[in-house]
Amino acid sequence: MPTLTYRDALNQALREEMARDPDVFLMGEEVGVYQGAYKVSRGLLDEFGPMRVVDTPITELGFAGVGVGAAMVGLRPVIEFMTWNFALLAIDQLVNSAAKMRYMSGGQVGVPAVFRGPGGAALQLGAQHSQAFESYYAHIPGLKVVMPATPADAKGLLKSAIRDDNPVVFIEGEMLYNLKGEVPDGEHLVPLGQAEIKRAGDHATIVCHSKTVAVALKAAEQLAGEGIEAEVVDLRTIRPLDTETILASVTKTNRCVVAEEGWSFAGVGAQVVDTIQREAFDALDAPILRVTGADVPMPYNKVLERAAKVDPAKVAAAVKQVLYLE
Amino acid sequence: MATNVVMEALSPTMEEGRLVEWKKQEGEPVAVGDVLAEVETDKAVMELVARAGGTLLKQVVAAGTTVPVSQLVAVIGAPGEAVSAPAAPAPKATAAPETQATQPTPDRSRPVSMPPAPAASQATEAPGTSRAPAPAPAGNGQPAPSGGRVKASPLAKRMAAERGIDLGAVSGSGPEGRVVARDLAQAGAPQSAAATVRAPTPMPGATGPAYTDTPLTQIRKTIAKRLAQSIGPIPTFYLTTEVDMERAWEAREALLESAKGTDGGPKVSFNDLIIKAVALALRQHPACNAWWQDDRIRYWNDVHISMAVAIEDGLITPVIRHADRKSLREISTEARDLAGRARERRLAPEEYTGGTFSISNLGMLDIDEFTAVINPPEAGILAVGRIVPKPVAHDGAVAVRRRMRLTMSCDHRVIDGATGARFLQTLTGMLENPLRMVY
Amino acid sequence: MATSTRPRPRGGLDQARADQYRDWLRQMVLIRRFEEKAGEAYSLGKIGGFCHLYIGQEAVAVGSLAALAPGDYITCSYREHGHALARGISARTVMAELFGKAAGCSKGKGGSMHLFDASLGFLGGHGIVGGHIPLATGMAFAAKYRNTEQVAVCYFGEAAVNNGAFHEALNMAALWKLPCIYICENNRYGMGTALERASAIYDISERACSYDMANEVVDGQDVLVMHAAMERAVQRARSDKHPTLLEVRTYRFMGHSMSDPIHGHYRTKEEVEDQRKRDPIAVWSHRLVAEGLLEESAVKALDKEILQEVNDAYQFADEAPDPEPGELWADVYAEGDGHGR
Repeated sequence: MPTLTYRDALNQALREEMARDPDVFLMGEEVGVYQGAYKVSRGLLDEFGPMRVVDTPITELGFAGVGVGAAMVGLRPVIEFMTWNFALLAIDQLVNSAAKMRYMSGGQVGVPAVFRGPGGAALQLGAQHSQAFESYYAHIPGLKVVMPATPADAKGLLKSAIRDDNPVVFIEGEMLYNLKGEVPDGEHLVPLGQAEIKRAGDHATIVCHSKTVAVALKAAEQLAGEGIEAEVVDLRTIRPLDTETILASVTKTNRCVVAEEGWSFAGVGAQVVDTIQREAFDALDAPILRVTGADVPMPYNKVLERAAKVDPAKVAAAVKQVLYLE
Repeated sequence: MATNVVMEALSPTMEEGRLVEWKKQEGEPVAVGDVLAEVETDKAVMELVARAGGTLLKQVVAAGTTVPVSQLVAVIGAPGEAVSAPAAPAPKATAAPETQATQPTPDRSRPVSMPPAPAASQATEAPGTSRAPAPAPAGNGQPAPSGGRVKASPLAKRMAAERGIDLGAVSGSGPEGRVVARDLAQAGAPQSAAATVRAPTPMPGATGPAYTDTPLTQIRKTIAKRLAQSIGPIPTFYLTTEVDMERAWEAREALLESAKGTDGGPKVSFNDLIIKAVALALRQHPACNAWWQDDRIRYWNDVHISMAVAIEDGLITPVIRHADRKSLREISTEARDLAGRARERRLAPEEYTGGTFSISNLGMLDIDEFTAVINPPEAGILAVGRIVPKPVAHDGAVAVRRRMRLTMSCDHRVIDGATGARFLQTLTGMLENPLRMVY
Repeated sequence: MATSTRPRPRGGLDQARADQYRDWLRQMVLIRRFEEKAGEAYSLGKIGGFCHLYIGQEAVAVGSLAALAPGDYITCSYREHGHALARGISARTVMAELFGKAAGCSKGKGGSMHLFDASLGFLGGHGIVGGHIPLATGMAFAAKYRNTEQVAVCYFGEAAVNNGAFHEALNMAALWKLPCIYICENNRYGMGTALERASAIYDISERACSYDMANEVVDGQDVLVMHAAMERAVQRARSDKHPTLLEVRTYRFMGHSMSDPIHGHYRTKEEVEDQRKRDPIAVWSHRLVAEGLLEESAVKALDKEILQEVNDAYQFADEAPDPEPGELWADVYAEGDGHGR
């Protein structure tokens, strides 16, 4: 099986879907001539031409709306936001138009669009360029929210998202683009709404998504050295949440730690915790703990930034806590 | 045709408006779109505009009045047209008429199983130990701690329950002494002496408590509530009469005698006879076969007799429907069946609701007479005493005859003295001369 | 292109188009009577939430929509009952939607501000001021993408033109040469704020020069003038794939919505009465009668017929059932089941 970077896996997915379906087009800032701000769309303009790979002015609200409008009449746009930080400007189109169109129109008009781009922090980009907003969009009925953690999932989930008839918020990660992994060739589709157990274990469950998956796997490795076998559940899709996989795992291990990059209050983890306490209460031997980003705007200084982020040590410590080992 | 003008909702949140000033007077011509009045809403002063043309026939409310939305404020019509606008504002939502029959609520003396008693199966401790008895059972089968609450994870609680381990006896290694799963792995095998669940045994003798509080069962609660309701607001009066039961006695004896030879059939009891007689008498006195319904009286055309049946811990009244139309055999069979199932608590709600008149018979318990409590919404109940031979004046001489006393409790809102009395007269007549029942 | 106000055509009406002209009158009267009835229904609590009436602006919707083809796309703001009727959604269906009934064009789940009929290309009904303008640009993009002759039309008020979405959408339409027509219905007041108090430039059409976009100022109270301007814009869109901004000057005779008084705080009674003298329906019917295309009696008969149609729609809507309870969960997602966890 070939090994690709996360970036190239996305590129492959876009290429395949655009070749397969003439209604699919890509639109966003710097996606064409510049080859993509993060090179995700490298080579696509040459292959598909300017009508299908459209460079836009810096108008997130405007071109998100253009995407929604085009999708309302049957095209399948992939709208790229350079980062999800800027996409706040477009949130009216995602929430008031895309998410609600089908419902408000009594089922007549759908929006089969994908909105994608990197979310969360990178390195020392400061407060306005480091935000994880998945819980904003996961809150809205009518939207789906997808966050692949590996190259294989990136390809499989993007293909599925493009084929899904609902508006999909697809959040990648700047720090993930260089990640290498095995990616199946050809029609590799990962279904939306399905979590995956990235590592099996009996002693504790770690639920995580996106960048925290690698963090959790590292923590699990450290813990294994001490005889603790943690099970790592990668959500892959935030909404709809795969509660079945989560509950099966916690029922097996009786204890859970939820890790996420974003802030704690009303974060995705809060929803996961609610699900577990409500539906697997009797399986719990300890309260569920969350490991999240620090509840502050992201500082610039390197050391402070590291302290604000989730890391393997924090996750491992939490696992030990739910095992009553510290 | 006159057009009614109502107070309109001039803003989405408006519930009432104050009519500040009339802009058109009675008798003035009005065109569509003309301003009729200025109205102060919760938000602003708005104009009430005419939606029909004609003459303003009547200003129903005066300037300065506050009026709820939808209420009539004016009438527009042809000049000189008679206005039959109601003077009073239409009342707010009235109770819906015919739609739902207010049946007596099904929880009226509904047999409900008692909450599970504490597990008494493993009472190995002798009474008189220093441990306090367990508190009243809650549904989770938790054994009592020796003092204070045991902190345990849900998993540990479940495991302890499954294995019969007393959590209070396990030392917890979690924060603040929380008992967690691994503590139970070390807590030992189930069924250890210290781990059994004890039942609260009432203590006899001087060392025991002075009283025992028993929580109300559903049936007790319901009886209490409904019958207290009955005594309270219902203006009740009582009519007593004594019935000569000699002929009835003879008739019944003859019936039983004749039934002996054949395949049998049910043994008709006096109660069955009384039920039939009451049902027939009610047909003749429909004023006693009624329900008080707060804003009306429902006179029933059908006769359904509720018969009071004593059951363990309480009372229930299964209903014999259409008792007036049923034969003595049918009534007897049904009464037996219902009473039996009542004692076993196997009655369906439709079998103990919907009665139009009640009968309570304590004769078999040697009561001469008593007053029964009316079962609302019914308006009457007949209390039947025992049949007892006694000396009475009969045909001018003293004779010993079988007599029975009846007391009828009546809801004076539905039944007055004479009405009730006449009903009793008819009933008495039937019992004293059984052929009157089919006359 | 320079701003211009096209002069009203002098002289007689084209007799060959008499049927069409009479149909315009019919449509305008339908909108007028429908809106009056809707206002009444709102006051009686049959319509809830917001209700924005189009009374006074009928000529704009009727004149412009008459120049479109069946395959064209339309998006509107929340003051869109008139556009929905003119485009061909039945009075019954629109009224039922206002009443929130299952028989409404959005199954009772949209309401006054979200009327939809995809089969007629009527794509809403949108509540966020200016929010739908980029959608129209997107639809025009799709037409160009697919190489069809379709145009996308977007109706909005003059208060939306100060909005970021307006700017972004028009810029892209001009930049990419999209077949989109932006119709600004300038009724002078954005809710309670007069245009002069909200906009640094009074002549909205002048904004088009920021995008080098074709533009016109149109007298929206004259249905014939409106139609002519629209025909020019449609031609430009279909053949040249160039967008147009039409500033249509009109007036609403009622308040912004049903909670807003007709006059008082932000405009005077005299101004409203003055504007009513140029009621577009009265103007058009007089002209048809004067030029012999319609009998005076026919005007009355038409009104009577329309009143009947509107009353029928009211009754239909009143008697129609509510949506089934299960409808609460339907159509949140494309799979049909809304329980996305």
